[in-house]
Amino acid sequence: MTTDILFDLKGVKKSFTRGKETIKIFDGLDMQIKQGDFLAIMGPSGSGKTTLLNMLGGVDQPSSGEVWFDGARIDSLSEGQLSKWRANNIGFIFQFYNLMPMLNAARNVELPLLLTNLSAKQRKQSVETALQLVELADRAAHLPKELSGGQQQRVAIARAIVSDPKLLLCDEPTGDLDRHTADEILEMLQLLNEKFGKTIVMVTHDPSAASYAKRTLHLDKGEFVEKDLAA
Amino acid sequence: MTKLLNILALVAKYGGLLVTLPIWLPFWIIWFIFEKTGINRLIANFMIATGLYLTFKNLFRKPLRLGLTCFAIMIAFLIFSVVTTLKTALNAGVELSADNRLVVVNSINFTQPLPYAYVNKVKAIEGVKDVVHMNWFGGYFQEPSQQIVTMAVDPENYLKVYEEVVIDDEARARWFGNRRGMLIGRALATAFGWKVGDLIPMSSNIFSNREGGHVWEMEVSGIFDGRDEQFGTNFAVFHYKYFMETQTFGGDWVGWLTLTTADPALNEKVAKAIDEEFSNSQAQTDTSTEKAFNKAFIEQIGNIGLMIFGIVFTAFFTILLVVGNTMILAIRERTGEIATLKTLGFSARSIFGMILTESMLLAFIGGFAGLGLAYVMVEGAKTFLAQFLPGLVLSDAVAMQAIGFMVLLGLVTGLVPALNAYRLNIVTAFSRR
Ligand SMILES: Nc1ncnc2c1ncn2[C@@H]1O[C@H](COP(=O)(O)OP(=O)(O)O)[C@@H](O)[C@H]1O
Ligand SMILES: [Mg+2]
Repeated sequence: MTTDILFDLKGVKKSFTRGKETIKIFDGLDMQIKQGDFLAIMGPSGSGKTTLLNMLGGVDQPSSGEVWFDGARIDSLSEGQLSKWRANNIGFIFQFYNLMPMLNAARNVELPLLLTNLSAKQRKQSVETALQLVELADRAAHLPKELSGGQQQRVAIARAIVSDPKLLLCDEPTGDLDRHTADEILEMLQLLNEKFGKTIVMVTHDPSAASYAKRTLHLDKGEFVEKDLAA
Repeated sequence: MTKLLNILALVAKYGGLLVTLPIWLPFWIIWFIFEKTGINRLIANFMIATGLYLTFKNLFRKPLRLGLTCFAIMIAFLIFSVVTTLKTALNAGVELSADNRLVVVNSINFTQPLPYAYVNKVKAIEGVKDVVHMNWFGGYFQEPSQQIVTMAVDPENYLKVYEEVVIDDEARARWFGNRRGMLIGRALATAFGWKVGDLIPMSSNIFSNREGGHVWEMEVSGIFDGRDEQFGTNFAVFHYKYFMETQTFGGDWVGWLTLTTADPALNEKVAKAIDEEFSNSQAQTDTSTEKAFNKAFIEQIGNIGLMIFGIVFTAFFTILLVVGNTMILAIRERTGEIATLKTLGFSARSIFGMILTESMLLAFIGGFAGLGLAYVMVEGAKTFLAQFLPGLVLSDAVAMQAIGFMVLLGLVTGLVPALNAYRLNIVTAFSRR
């Protein structure tokens, strides 16, 4: 069963226990994300943005409630199953790029493909395509330390899209970049959303970054709040 | 505790680095050649094809650390292989002793003589096959420092009792027919360059002869080989008659008797019968198997086994600490990378495998370098030491043991970091930063 609803969160609760105290992050969150959406999630530090993204990405699981993805529940999957699910469906983009320092750009991009049955030749092909898309084909043999922050993030984007996942999850993708470079990255995400139909969920605390998204949700104390964005 | 270990590891690393520069330099050169000729890219391509690419890259990400760790492991396996080989060589006499051979010595101690008449009396005891009597000559060539194990024996019975001594019929006949004839082992012949027909003045540091000197002229009748490679051929035997008729000590006596029994099962019975036979005589006897006798002899040199065990154990334990600690630190540095891999969808099990493979590779690279070096050293020392320590070979058994220890080392040092990585939680790993 496929609907145009990609994500459906129903009554999601999440709390952490640190020593004796229990911190409640979400207490019954409902949320829907449509296929092809470009959603920005904003909110003050500690409001639970990363935690939400982790649950969407199957990296973390809710304490209770349901997370549906493309008509299937993912919150009850085992760790091994989630691992496979992530490899098949999600591309991750992190604030600090998280590239493997000892691998060159092409090898970094290739990583997700090592989990597929593609031949070395097919992998090479896909890596080239992905690197061309982020306009870094000429830097394929460079190590991360030989690239600028913006270039590293583009390699990370190539890595996220190389296995052609439906969904991209980005946690403060421009948090470590200057304005100009950040705009380049955001344009790239916009392109992926508009031309390649990728659904994107992006966490940010930068309003101008959020302006690239189709819609923005504001998170505060574990709840979505209405906020007037007077243009 | 970990802090102390870290400091110890540092001291061991950098201290060792300075002292042993000449030894690990070859590793660097090999690495350099690999890098320049692209051999490491070749290996890398192979690793990609086999899915071991990440492991390989991780292993080589810090060449200095890799070099030092490999070096430490190499030293451990060098010590292990050489020391075990030495021990095997020392024990070769014990291991190679025939099962059905008994030694009869004076019960006071084995340097005291026995009457010649005992030979026939022993021979008459039921279960005894052949008996040879032997006298220690205390031989040396020219200089007392050039000692040569030399024994005066009854030739025919000697060759019957010692079947390991291999010689052709011609040489046998020549020796039996020449009163001054001497049989020398191959190792001895090689060491001194002696050939059949050479006249050798053999000196004794115990006996003097009737001409008033310490030198006996002997002629090389034949050169014998050992039936097994480990049988030492670094000694000489000559005629008892020649010895007795020329030495001034006088009397009809022999040093000790060596005999074979018809069946090893009879050993105990025969030994008992012999000692009982002479229990009321002037010279009482002590009969034991040659194995037990040789073992007792070696143990006089010192408790070799225990000493060797101590060295090997200490070396291994130290290396284990250093390597284990290095591995744990190396993996801890990679916490973020491991969390990223897990996020991308690499299973905990595959990451466990990668890290264990890495520690295995490390153990094998260092271990085989050590084993190889030990082989070169033993081969080099073989001819050089043949005189004193015959049967010096790095045996398959030692090599297999070393490989077994490599596997063990890889497992033990890799298990903790691999488990840590296996259990690493993505969320906590990222929020820790
Ligand atoms: N693994 C964890 N253990 C305990 N508390 C956590 C953990 N992860 C996050 N938190 C807490 O949950 C709250 C929300 O964290 P997070 O989702 O990272 O916020 P944001 O990304 O919006 O800054 C914070 O108070 C944080 O301290
Ligand atoms: Mg965050």
